[in-house]
Amino acid sequence: MNSQLLLSLISGIFISGVAGYLGSLMLSRKMSVVAGPLAHLSLPGAAIAIIFGWSLLVGVFPFVLLGVILIWFLERKTKLPMENLAAIIFAFGVGTALLILPIDKAEEALVGNINNISLIETIIVVLVSMIVFYITKRIYSKVMMLNIHEELARVEGVNVNFYNFLYLFNIGLVVSIGVYLVGGLITAALIAIPSAIAKNLSRNLRSYQFWAVISGISSTITGTYLNRFYHLPTGPLIIVTGAVFFIISVVIKSIKKFNF
Amino acid sequence: MLLKVENLSVDLDGENILKNISFEINEGETLTILGPNGAGKTVLLRTLLGLIPYKGKIIWGRKYRLGYLPQGLNQLLMKGLPLTVEDFFHFKEPLPLRNEIVKILSLVGLKENILNKIIGNLSGGEFQRVLLAWVLINNPEVLILDEPTTGIDIGGGKTIYSLLKEIKKEKNLSIILITHDLDIVYDFTDKVMCLAHKTHTCFGPPHEVISSSKLEEIYGGNIKFYEH
Repeated sequence: MNSQLLLSLISGIFISGVAGYLGSLMLSRKMSVVAGPLAHLSLPGAAIAIIFGWSLLVGVFPFVLLGVILIWFLERKTKLPMENLAAIIFAFGVGTALLILPIDKAEEALVGNINNISLIETIIVVLVSMIVFYITKRIYSKVMMLNIHEELARVEGVNVNFYNFLYLFNIGLVVSIGVYLVGGLITAALIAIPSAIAKNLSRNLRSYQFWAVISGISSTITGTYLNRFYHLPTGPLIIVTGAVFFIISVVIKSIKKFNF
Repeated sequence: MLLKVENLSVDLDGENILKNISFEINEGETLTILGPNGAGKTVLLRTLLGLIPYKGKIIWGRKYRLGYLPQGLNQLLMKGLPLTVEDFFHFKEPLPLRNEIVKILSLVGLKENILNKIIGNLSGGEFQRVLLAWVLINNPEVLILDEPTTGIDIGGGKTIYSLLKEIKKEKNLSIILITHDLDIVYDFTDKVMCLAHKTHTCFGPPHEVISSSKLEEIYGGNIKFYEH
């Protein structure tokens, strides 16, 4: 195995594993939809990074973080649903990207380029993934309780604003590193598909989390190897593989349901 | 004293919801809040819990461990989540041990095997008992229950109140409760508050303050009421 493939695999496994884990929490909150707009907000950042020859993360993270803070702040101030605010952020992201993204260099921003990831970038991706995994594990049950009933969570001592911010901050980090793997256009799928697969296969919370991580990683490994054989872009291959795994999970669920 | 409320007023989005509410209850007592829909009963409970800004004074005797069962906590919120009853108990802090959960489930009439069931798939009665056990698990001193038998059939509702009565005796709980079930008021509560027209129109032991005319006054129309 050559070293570039190894770096791609390591970073891909970490990104997709943590995206699946966080995605399982987002699906429970019907929040998978927020990742899409945030990912599109990464496009102007990616465009700036490409124009100036920077690492993608340097360009993307400030934009996504700004989006996270805006959603968090506006939700508190306006009481508008998060999906509504996310749609505004989405429009802002795409609109700005279309103004400044050089179309001839757009592919990297749109569908990612994990095959060119450097050692330093891989180390950063691994560290960020570990931080997100740790924070998500710590906030998981509290955010789940917030999802079920916010006032109940408050009476149980949950600091709603603090946990919401940490949660959104985590989404911002995952979206930022997800852009490396699959690009700004389809990062939301990296978060949404594994949790949908997990929901079909799980019997309790622990198995739900397990299958979300495993199906994310499996899609990435399969997609990366398919790229070696068919020379198609890795990001879309990962997402299409995930979609195929999802269909298989639907079949498995149906078989279980009807006891075939 | 458990709780003293003085001249409590609440405005929400510029509209006055509660006005000049004053009352006091003691530790170990049960207060039932009666009133028609829209009278502000739930707003009063949420205000007592510190969830809504208010004018006036709310003085708790000391810092109590509270157990809250909100009105909107129904199974629909958990439908589709891969959440077992045991997972739901693990949201509690401090994390309860399995034998503690089994013990409290048995107190509300449920068996250990319910722990592995998906919470969204339980029957309405089982779900309500699980909620009650969940509220009781960390030994609260005060229970605040907003229509705890909503969605349960008459028999199931009576069972829930019988359970509450037993648990209250066993654990010396104080309870503040909203219900539309007039039957349980006499059987279960020490004090009753009638809430209508943004303020309370009665407060005291049920035998002293509840009458057909009082109920007509707060609910309107011809309320048929058989005095106990």
